Amino acid sequence: MRGDAVSDGALADIAYYPGCSLHGTSREFDESLRAVAAELGIGITEISDWSCCGASSGHTTDHLLGVALPARNLALAEEQGYDTVLAPCAACYNRLSAARLAIATEDGLAERIPDVIGRRFGNTVQVRNAVELLRDAAASVEEKVAATLTPNPLEGVKLAAYYGCLLVRPAEVCGYDDPEQPTSMDEVISACGADAVDWNMKVECCGGAFSVSRTSSVVRLGRAIIDDARAHGAEAIVVACPLCHSNLDLRQKAMALRGEDPLPILFVTQVVGLAVGLTPESLGLERHFVDTEPLIARLIEQAAARDAEERRVKQEAAAKAAERAARQKAGAGAAPKDGDAQ
Amino acid sequence: MSRIGVFVCQCGENIARTVDVEAVAEALRDHPGVAFATGYKYMCSDPGQALVREAIAEHGLTGVVIAACSPHMHEKTFRRAVDKAGLNKFMCEMANIREHCSWIHEDRADATAKAIDITRTIVEKVKHNQPLESIRIPVTKRALVIGGGIAGIQAALDIADGGHQVILVEKDASIGGHMSQLSETFPTLDCSQCILTPRMVEAYQHPNITLHTWSEVEKVKGYIGNFEVTIRKKARSVNEDLCNGCGDCQAACPVRKIPSEFEAGLGKRTAISVPFPQAVPNIPVLDRQNCTLFKGRRKGLAKEVCGKCKEACLKGAIDYDAEDAFIEEEVGAIVVATGFKLYDIGREQPEGLKGYGEYGYGEVPDVIDGLQFERLASASGPTAGAILRPSDSTEPKTVVFVHCVGSRDPEKGIAYCSKICCMYNAKHAMLYKHKVHDGRAVAFYMDIRAAGKGYDEFSRRAIEEDGAEYIRGRVSRIFRDGDKVKVWGYDTLNGEQVVIDADMVVLATAIRPQDGIRDLAQKLSISTDEHGFINEAHPKLRPVETNTAGVFVAGACQAPRDIPESVAMASASAAKVMSLFSADELEREPAVALVNESTCIGCMRCADVCAYGAIEQRDICAIDGHVCGHVAYVNPGVCQGCGTCQAVCLSKSVELQTFTDEQIYSEINALCAWE
Repeated sequence: MRGDAVSDGALADIAYYPGCSLHGTSREFDESLRAVAAELGIGITEISDWSCCGASSGHTTDHLLGVALPARNLALAEEQGYDTVLAPCAACYNRLSAARLAIATEDGLAERIPDVIGRRFGNTVQVRNAVELLRDAAASVEEKVAATLTPNPLEGVKLAAYYGCLLVRPAEVCGYDDPEQPTSMDEVISACGADAVDWNMKVECCGGAFSVSRTSSVVRLGRAIIDDARAHGAEAIVVACPLCHSNLDLRQKAMALRGEDPLPILFVTQVVGLAVGLTPESLGLERHFVDTEPLIARLIEQAAARDAEERRVKQEAAAKAAERAARQKAGAGAAPKDGDAQ
Repeated sequence: MSRIGVFVCQCGENIARTVDVEAVAEALRDHPGVAFATGYKYMCSDPGQALVREAIAEHGLTGVVIAACSPHMHEKTFRRAVDKAGLNKFMCEMANIREHCSWIHEDRADATAKAIDITRTIVEKVKHNQPLESIRIPVTKRALVIGGGIAGIQAALDIADGGHQVILVEKDASIGGHMSQLSETFPTLDCSQCILTPRMVEAYQHPNITLHTWSEVEKVKGYIGNFEVTIRKKARSVNEDLCNGCGDCQAACPVRKIPSEFEAGLGKRTAISVPFPQAVPNIPVLDRQNCTLFKGRRKGLAKEVCGKCKEACLKGAIDYDAEDAFIEEEVGAIVVATGFKLYDIGREQPEGLKGYGEYGYGEVPDVIDGLQFERLASASGPTAGAILRPSDSTEPKTVVFVHCVGSRDPEKGIAYCSKICCMYNAKHAMLYKHKVHDGRAVAFYMDIRAAGKGYDEFSRRAIEEDGAEYIRGRVSRIFRDGDKVKVWGYDTLNGEQVVIDADMVVLATAIRPQDGIRDLAQKLSISTDEHGFINEAHPKLRPVETNTAGVFVAGACQAPRDIPESVAMASASAAKVMSLFSADELEREPAVALVNESTCIGCMRCADVCAYGAIEQRDICAIDGHVCGHVAYVNPGVCQGCGTCQAVCLSKSVELQTFTDEQIYSEINALCAWE
């Protein structure tokens, strides 16, 4: 099933633009997204013949190039009959959205683009990211979590939603959430039964592409983010950007200067997947640098214990109720006897 | 046959540099209907005006054209000169060959040809001018002042001292406005209430001032000298004649935890209350929204739930069934002084504005605004003048002051400078340092704008004598970090990031016009700018007049203003009102629209488009007295002579005197004929 189109026909299919990261360094984002979409009945189909979105080298080289590269992919989605493109990578999402806005608002650009990309282009498809999609599907996530038979390992777990920069900013490009105090990912976390902590570094910089050229900056910035999440009681940080994930996950060893326990960094789709009962393996949770296994194992164990306890309490209550009922029954027969005795 | 005199002005070099004045006079001399034409160095000088008067007598002129500057400059001068020579002054017109020609062109031959064209068109217009008389309208010598802050109080006092009746309307329970909330005032640090309360009492006791507090202007009709105003006296639930201000009702009220508006939310008040001890009038208002009795009534309970204030009142002044009352007043002039409110950084914003998510949308308790700091510093405030932060009532040892929050930030929808913040921030830093000697006051600023008498010295004093640290740069984020407030900023002079663990942050939030200003402006037919501030008639030369004659403006409802400016504007408005009231009748130019009743079809399209509400419908009665039709009527007192009605009239029945269709077409024809 993996790698193929996923569709149950319940909802109109969405064009899926994975971009380079989800086919490479962030395979687990792709895997978990597909798995969760299938669970929620959201049909996603990879755009055929998609190409680079241009981030960041494209738009820093030339404005037209920076618009034309995403426009080609949007044009393909249009041709292939979709009205919505899902771009889970924050940079892809940002570039696709920014191109849409530029073409819609800049003089003469809409007329020029078809010539440049060699295709017809009506700029009609919407661009959405995974967080936005899951927030809008929060009700069905909740339903699904409630309907899952295995105990929810995320019940009451404190998670810090980390948005970074490109997912919500600039406001005129993204617009689905508040650029400074976003809440969409927190809503998804709450829908999974977990507890989204109120913390301060939701939209601070992770260091972006400086991971390679100025690692020390990335370590400093990432440390501030991880420290704040930990200070607010978070047991893991939830992200929806391959680069944020890579910086916080890959560089965390360098950040852990005081020997604290590492803080797992999870993709938002992995969180939803865990809540709806998918296995850690199917969500690619084993691919992270910060080992997620201890946390997941503990959460599953806790959930199982909690479930067993609940079941025990329920059984006891049922037993008591049955006992009471039986006693009442017996009592009903015994009452006149008592009366006789008096 | 017209006998028109043409006088071409050189205006020193201003016109003569690019226009050959003699050639213009020469060309006009041959124009049909021109009896006399000449050039002169300064037509507006005494000899120049004498030249006009002599020519009228000598050549028996029937019309005069002065080819010179804009009519805005000297039309009055020349019409007076013509009037002195015995010719109707409206037979004199100006041809603008300076602003419209010599100043904007370089080629002398082309400019001269254009000047000849301009002058010819005006000659053709004057041929159709009719002798007109000025309009005289009666003046009601009473004034309405809207808003009882320092500007409104000052305007009311000045007009009242001048011997005229004033009606002062205030929407809140007491007059005094924002100035009554301030602790000290810059740049002298004198106590705000000490200098304000005498004025408040004076206004209350003045025999010429009628004060309506807890009241709003409901409706305004009429025009300069003759306004009819309806004032809504909101139900106070306390009889103003019976109440002696003893305060027993307030002491008896069980609802004691309503955030006080006067204390900027830092203190609490009761449901029946006077806003502050020196309130004028010292008569409480019952807040029906929060009152237990009215809550019960709204729930539909059969029995009254409370009634403690009524029991406590020995005067029997409490009236739970009082209703809004309406008062009709006739006034001749109106002064608008509705003041300002502070921009709120919260998530919910009025149209076009954005909040500050980066400052937590105002959800951090120890992040306050300037007015709240005033209350903290005020001896009459909730902390009796001790600087204690709201969250835990401890003394903050590090306070960060942030300038320009909202102001000068087009991103947030407010591009203008709020003007007073640089000064009050310096004052706040000083007041803080005077009270907390070991405290640290840090101010983040964009620029220090301290233009005013003694202002720059004052802000320097805050830095040099009181040790406030000024950092040039913006604050990027404010958030709660344990019991501290973390402030991230940037020092643009050092090129360094700055992180401060503050105990309290004071934001200098932008000055905005009061809510409801647009509604009020609509009632008064005056205009507001894109932010809602009232537009003055001319930014330099008519700063306290509005576009509607007889309506004046004072204080911060026109733009951010400090106290001295508000008071100066108020006195200027009062002077304008007094000059209006100096004569029994008002003389106005007859440049107003006139309806030809014999051709008007009564469609009233003109009334729909009139921005000044000058046009009304009039019945036409047959000889037996029954109404057989209706026509439009233009009230000459209200008409501003814009000509919009003329443009939309289908039957060509309404015309602006001095700009009739005939005159305009003659001008156009003149241009076409000689081209």
